[in-house]
Amino acid sequence: MCKKLQILWLSAISCNGNAHSFLNYPQLDVFLDNFEFIYHPIIESDYTLEDVINKDLDCDILLIDGAISPEFKKMDEPIINIVDRYAHKAKKIVTVGTCATFGGIFSQSGYAYTTGLHFNQKNPTFLFKSLKDKTISISGCPIQPEVLASTLYAIKKDIKLKLDNYLRPQEFFAYTVHNGCTRNEYFEYKIDNHVFGKKEGCMFYDHGCQAPFTNASCNKILWNEVNSKTRAGLPCMGCTSPDFPKQNLFKTKKNMGIPQDLPLGVGKRTYLTLAGVTKAFKIKRLEEELF
Amino acid sequence: MQTKKEQKKEQIIQNALSLFAKKGFYNTTIPDIAEALKMSVGNMYNYFKSKDILAKEIIKYISIYLGGKIREVNEQDISTEQKTKKIIELYFKTALSKPEMIDYFLRIYLSNREVFLDGCEGMICVNEFVTEIMIYFEEGVKCGDLRDQDFFSAFGLFMGYLGGMVFLKGENILPKELDEYVDDISYNIYKALSV
Repeated sequence: MCKKLQILWLSAISCNGNAHSFLNYPQLDVFLDNFEFIYHPIIESDYTLEDVINKDLDCDILLIDGAISPEFKKMDEPIINIVDRYAHKAKKIVTVGTCATFGGIFSQSGYAYTTGLHFNQKNPTFLFKSLKDKTISISGCPIQPEVLASTLYAIKKDIKLKLDNYLRPQEFFAYTVHNGCTRNEYFEYKIDNHVFGKKEGCMFYDHGCQAPFTNASCNKILWNEVNSKTRAGLPCMGCTSPDFPKQNLFKTKKNMGIPQDLPLGVGKRTYLTLAGVTKAFKIKRLEEELF
Repeated sequence: MQTKKEQKKEQIIQNALSLFAKKGFYNTTIPDIAEALKMSVGNMYNYFKSKDILAKEIIKYISIYLGGKIREVNEQDISTEQKTKKIIELYFKTALSKPEMIDYFLRIYLSNREVFLDGCEGMICVNEFVTEIMIYFEEGVKCGDLRDQDFFSAFGLFMGYLGGMVFLKGENILPKELDEYVDDISYNIYKALSV
């Protein structure tokens, strides 16, 4: 067997949601044959957090989970010192989740200057600028287990991943959540007669769904190999986006009837022209229950 | 650059518009329009297969014309209040310089829906015009000038008011010229729509 890659899972200002989400990775046992967590907040590991802080451990990949603030400490050690020390040893750094990537919900925590490792929402930060070349971002609240695992396998196999402007692998983040949504027909004909939990209706027009302008693979790689939020009948909340979380997640923000956020790359006039045409027609099948 | 066929089509539309305004929609026939253009009826049908098809093309033509004019206003870097006035000005100006256009919109398109049922569903044939009005409203709300509300309650107030004034003018009831009402109407509409 090849050498297992050593991973350090370092939690900063985090709710541990990503660590829990990763436990749902269906092939976790195979994964653990290929990788070893020298420290993980939930999975059993050889070292303790105390060891991580006091010893000088070897690690191939540093996973940072949670937002970063110069004020935040782990066992009295500033998190930025721990990040700095292991980031320089690691071959690759992966920011796990939206908080570690953009600051996320913990941007609103009481700690001063809380941001992601390289971004404060959409804006770049400079504290760890020198580490940018070896960082890959996996945003999501929480991360999709398959996306993190596949990224780590790519690192193991030295596959060069094409990254977007936020350092996210395009393989997973070039798509929008809208791609593959089972409600696309309702979107096309502008029908949002959705009732939460039901199969019918698109949630973009009234219910706040952010899928058409959120980059992620939720409807391409299904969660737990079963489902996605939008398929199940819950609007996409845009959890992989730099400005997550927004407010009023269950209501589409509109100005005089026009959604404020339009599908990615679609101009206002194009959108309104299409909307005008499709709204002129009633498609009986789409007004009825599927079964 | 328009092709020869497009130019001819536009000529037909313009002649049809003035005949409709003079004689009425139902009293005007395709041979009448052909005669006004010194064309044979057979040749006319090369451009428009029926009067109903011509009727739909005309409303699209007017929508594109007015939509284009409003778009020019929407793209200016001016306040919503100024935009309101400019849109009202251009609507009245069109009613004055091309009365047959607004007349067609009010008296033929809105009053003879049976002609437009098939092919002009909803607002398809006036899409360019409605789109620009939507953008004017949306941008007004976004910059905090206009109150957010249902599109149609605002649209009805805006277009109903303007249409009503042009209609009164057409009936020779208005004591003054349309452009003399621009300031008051702009004030009223902006006041009614603003936050």
